[in-house]
Amino acid sequence: MNVIVCVKRVPDTETRIRIDGSGDKIDSSGVKYIISPYDEFAVEAGLRAKEAAGEGSVALVSFGDASTQETLRSGLAMGADSATLLVGKPTMDGLATAKVLAAELEDADAPLVLFGVKAADDDQQQVGPMVGTLLGRPCVTGVTRFELQEGKAVCHREVEGGAEVVEVDLPAVLTITKGEYEPRYASLKGIMAAKRKPLEQKDATAVESKLRVTKMTEPAARSAGRIVGEGPDAVPELVRLLREEANAL
Amino acid sequence: MADVLAFAEQRDGQIGGSAREAVSAAARLAGSLGSSAHALVLGASGIAGQAGGLGKYGAAKVLAGEHEAVGEYNPETYARVVAARIRDGGYGVAIFPATTLGKDLAPRVAAALGVPLAADATGLEAEGGKISIVRPIYSGKAFAHVEVDASPVLVSIRPNVFQATEFDAAGDVESFVPDIDPSALKVRVVERKGAADGQIDVAEAAIVVSGGRGMKEPENWSLLEDLRDAIGSDAALGASRAVVDAGWRPHGEQVGQTGKTVAPKLYLAVGISGAIQHLAGMRTSQTIVAINKDADAPIFGVADYGIVGDLFEVVPRLAEEIKTLKAGD
Ligand SMILES: Cc1cc2nc3c(=O)[nH]c(=O)nc-3n(C[C@H](O)[C@H](O)[C@H](O)COP(=O)(O)OP(=O)(O)OC[C@H]3O[C@@H](n4cnc5c(N)ncnc54)[C@H](O)[C@@H]3O)c2cc1C
Ligand SMILES: Nc1ncnc2c1ncn2[C@@H]1O[C@H](COP(=O)(O)O)[C@@H](O)[C@H]1O
Repeated sequence: MNVIVCVKRVPDTETRIRIDGSGDKIDSSGVKYIISPYDEFAVEAGLRAKEAAGEGSVALVSFGDASTQETLRSGLAMGADSATLLVGKPTMDGLATAKVLAAELEDADAPLVLFGVKAADDDQQQVGPMVGTLLGRPCVTGVTRFELQEGKAVCHREVEGGAEVVEVDLPAVLTITKGEYEPRYASLKGIMAAKRKPLEQKDATAVESKLRVTKMTEPAARSAGRIVGEGPDAVPELVRLLREEANAL
Repeated sequence: MADVLAFAEQRDGQIGGSAREAVSAAARLAGSLGSSAHALVLGASGIAGQAGGLGKYGAAKVLAGEHEAVGEYNPETYARVVAARIRDGGYGVAIFPATTLGKDLAPRVAAALGVPLAADATGLEAEGGKISIVRPIYSGKAFAHVEVDASPVLVSIRPNVFQATEFDAAGDVESFVPDIDPSALKVRVVERKGAADGQIDVAEAAIVVSGGRGMKEPENWSLLEDLRDAIGSDAALGASRAVVDAGWRPHGEQVGQTGKTVAPKLYLAVGISGAIQHLAGMRTSQTIVAINKDADAPIFGVADYGIVGDLFEVVPRLAEEIKTLKAGD
């Protein structure tokens, strides 16, 4: 089973985000970057699909700047076999990113293309299903677990107030969310091996972004809260405040 | 200026709050643009009867597509029908709810139409014909103000953020039969499991009662269930990742970076420390209450109101007081 996993380099979720002087992007100085957490789930899912099939490969694809090599190496260290870096500058236009990735995936010989359900920077939750649509492949989003059967994948997903089992014909695109696929740690051996695995680098197809960021702002600091009191005796006052001041009950 | 279309979601034949919010947001935007708002509902035959109710949220026209194949959501049929309606209707803007369904549907429609999607917006305005959108990024640690250089402008809006408002004029319902070939589907839903107890989802609830590791044991969730029940049917349970990872609660309840993003009217964090990844999922809530025995817990830094104390004493009392309050209403 050949699987392709699309991964994005994003700031560590612990990072404090500051807007830089230009006012339309974040200040990246001192920011530590990681594979987007959902994409790690997707890499894990890909590795397990290959292991279950007992044959095939897991290839990573990322669209990003040259430093994304490091991100891809960490995916290779988890066990992926090869990686392709499409060098360019992703924007907040998810369709532009989807076009770049679709151009690379079009001729790829992989019945399964996996994505994270969303990238932990722009939180768009769209690139996977957009790539599916562009490639004319069916797509199932928010998959917590799937099994491969003859010519199809049986996917489990969570929906509001419940769950669904969805069958999808292969070749297919799946977006993976937290569920069964707790990512494995890269072993020392894996990290060493990753250095020798093929990592191809080429220019990304030029695609114009049609979603323009005019500015970025930081959230208004939530006004320092009020400690209503200690212990259960504070409850009546809390309830009064919630009803009369906050209008929340 | 071209009209605004709101996609109104139905589930099990019920048109819910996310649909009313989308239609109201469309009506307000159309007001600023000097155009009209329309609503689009897809469902099994009979949905047109339900759809009429959306008129009063500002839809000049309610389009109701009736067909057995769209009675329940299927991404392929829905995307095809919705993209065609947007294209054929010449709409300038289409608004989707950023619910699970909307987040699945809107990107497919955007790709089919060849336009970007501004997802999960918390702000949407038009001035001088120009539409500006605000959307949280980095899990709410910043906001991006964006504009779309393409038409139609596609936006999905975060549930509970945009108010549903009633307007004076109520529009007409126009039903149609979408052109669908269900036999050609490559994605097939083979099983649907409802929530065990028919509760609403945490991402849509107006009030969220969330528990963390401070709850000590899964059995203690009966305390939070009592609190939820005291508040009423618009409340749902949430959870921190710590308790989901421990297997105490289902992942569907997890709030945060790797769980759901919620923006309820009231968020009660019980025995939750307030790690940055948890805050990521709930910091845009309107009012936040923290109950924690550690006065230095970071959750108090974002809470509007806090009680420092043992949750096992505070929560039962809170449920009692709220019951008394509600009984007096
Ligand atoms: C990549 C990544 C993604 C993550 N995603 C998420 C996510 O989506 N959601 C999420 O929640 N976390 C997430 N986390 C985990 C997060 O960092 C925290 O570990 C987690 O939120 C802690 O859960 P908690 O607050 O329940 O537990 P703890 O941090 O252990 O806090 C328990 C709290 O309960 C209080 N307490 C204990 N006993 C009592 C009592 N009797 N009465 C009152 N208070 C009491 C304590 O004072 C403490 O503040 C993520 C982490 C990473 C690295
Ligand atoms: N620049 C990128 N390179 C590779 N994959 C990406 C990129 N951007 C997004 N993706 C993939 O698309 C998923 C969803 O991203 P998004 O729609 O931006 O939230 C991510 O989890 C990745 O799997």
